[in-house]
Amino acid sequence: MILTVIAGGTLFTLMGKNPLEAIRVIFLDPIFNDTVASYTRPQILVKAAPLVMIALGLSYGFRANIWNIGAEGQYIIGALAGASVGLALYPSEAFWLLPLMGLAGIVGGLVWALIPALLKIYFRTNEILVSLMLVYVAINLLSGLVTGILRSPIGFNFPESRSFHALASTHNDELIAGTGMHFGVFFMLGLVIFCYWILKRHIFGFQVTLSGQAPRAAKFAGINPNLMIVLCLGISGSLAGLAGLLEVTGPAGKLTTTFPVGYGFTAIIVAFLGRLHPLGILLAGLLMAITYIGGELAQFMIGLPAAAILVFQGMLLFFLLATDILVNFRMRWNTQSKNRSRIARPS
Amino acid sequence: MIDLSSISLVTLFASILVASTPILLAATGEMIVEKSGVLNLGVEGMMIIGAVCGFIGAVKTGSPLVGAIVGMTGGAILSLVFAVITQYLLGNQVASGLALTLFGLGLASLLGTEFTGIRPPPMPKLDIPILSDLPVIGEILFIHDPILYVGLILPPVLWWFFRASRTGLIVRAVGENHEAAHAIGYNVRMIRVTAIMVGGGCAGLGGAYLSLVRVPQWTEGMTAGAGWIALAIVVFASWKPWRVLLGAWLFGGLSLLQLNLQAAGVAIGVEYLSMSPYIATILVLILLSSRRYRHQAQAPSCLGKSFHPTL
Repeated sequence: MILTVIAGGTLFTLMGKNPLEAIRVIFLDPIFNDTVASYTRPQILVKAAPLVMIALGLSYGFRANIWNIGAEGQYIIGALAGASVGLALYPSEAFWLLPLMGLAGIVGGLVWALIPALLKIYFRTNEILVSLMLVYVAINLLSGLVTGILRSPIGFNFPESRSFHALASTHNDELIAGTGMHFGVFFMLGLVIFCYWILKRHIFGFQVTLSGQAPRAAKFAGINPNLMIVLCLGISGSLAGLAGLLEVTGPAGKLTTTFPVGYGFTAIIVAFLGRLHPLGILLAGLLMAITYIGGELAQFMIGLPAAAILVFQGMLLFFLLATDILVNFRMRWNTQSKNRSRIARPS
Repeated sequence: MIDLSSISLVTLFASILVASTPILLAATGEMIVEKSGVLNLGVEGMMIIGAVCGFIGAVKTGSPLVGAIVGMTGGAILSLVFAVITQYLLGNQVASGLALTLFGLGLASLLGTEFTGIRPPPMPKLDIPILSDLPVIGEILFIHDPILYVGLILPPVLWWFFRASRTGLIVRAVGENHEAAHAIGYNVRMIRVTAIMVGGGCAGLGGAYLSLVRVPQWTEGMTAGAGWIALAIVVFASWKPWRVLLGAWLFGGLSLLQLNLQAAGVAIGVEYLSMSPYIATILVLILLSSRRYRHQAQAPSCLGKSFHPTL
């Protein structure tokens, strides 16, 4: 963290901005600035909700060495599936519409994630590549449908769907007035606790960790590796799908071609930054959300380009991976062992 | 109305060569890296850095060849970050590669903000006196720029390199069994770092080709998954240079066909046609991977494993 702040500061200096000011705007202003904090504080939670939800799902797979890189695609398909249900039943006012859309979102994300899972089981394809390719398919599908059958009939031919805010039955409304905090925020907090319990107390958490660290031992312990693949990818897909649906009915409001903003990819950073631990992921998600909000603030307060934040997030992940060695190995500054190794190595 | 007659076969083949060069370069680079036992998932990031660096270099100096070299250097420098993290700090290769992609995409759009919408200086075409004038073959093969030929020469050179040269065999040994290579006295880390940087250079050159010749323009996120397709091609090729060439042509042809069909006005939405290269990648992966054991045996056995010299 500290290393990233230093490196980030250097980057901002190189770009001709005052580093201290940039870092203050990004990290501190969203929480402490008097004029904006009343808006940005709850916004941090709103931004963190999809990140944490997706990252929690991904963390199971990453623990078990199953790499779902396509959360972005599952997020899009979840939003798409849920939104389609909502639009198909338009203009229904039924109270069960939003839950039904949520269910559709979960199923959408699940189906999209099960494609790489089943292909991996039956054909041993690489789930990294398949899930990633499906992201591009999903993006194209989204823009195809938004400019096609899902286009709003009252939208003057703009590539966007009907607004979900127009009807109370499809609006994932804020639960505390004036904050923008919607159902997802509270669901996220509950989910963190639930995942913590699964990981620490439930056999599934143990099985996941075991299959990641010792696949052979896991097999002997009677854990079906194929079942693990389906479960890990399925969980992350469903959560990503639900996150997508909550986003489209909540903060985003409607489907547009610019709807996907990379939450699925940022969630990978969040999962690693949180060391795949539910509480860590919550903190990492909040941190990332702060950098998003802070980045937006920095854009209009000191004119920092949006891409700088992406670089900054990438650096965060780099430093985390690099300092992993300090966690996994104990450093010894010992000349004796060095000498010994030189003797042991045949020349 | 579909007007397929507007697609001329000669120009089609010539442009397939152009279209396949970026992924061909990136895929051969990645093959070298994977042969040494390292899985670098950051191809996409290195490509886009190569694209933006190459573009800036070419615009600033006015020479596309300098641009290509700058792009190559950019890719190699970025891959050095990955090399240090995975080889010396023993970071997880999958996660580090992903980080490299995210970082590269961000850095590239940061560097490229001032350069959107500019046209780069045109790449000189190699005009080989007699060969270029040949009918059909001359028009397909001998009217291109120098980088394209670099891409074409790489697979045969690598085929020889990994089969018959001493250095190539050492690289393979490191990829197959790093413990044994270490025991014999080869410097596993140095060899891997070199391989990663060569791979980064190739990916960077591929990216530069994309922004200087193929498109030619700089737009944010312009690689659009080409790096990932390159990774898929390496698997598709089961780590064999000739098949990398074949795979790159196949995908180059496909992406071109899709563009041509769009231009010819096929009644399917543009978005659905744009999906086709990605879906084709998945299908090819399925076809290849289902021949399970033959395919598995081709992968270098230390692929993706960290090496930590004990003793």
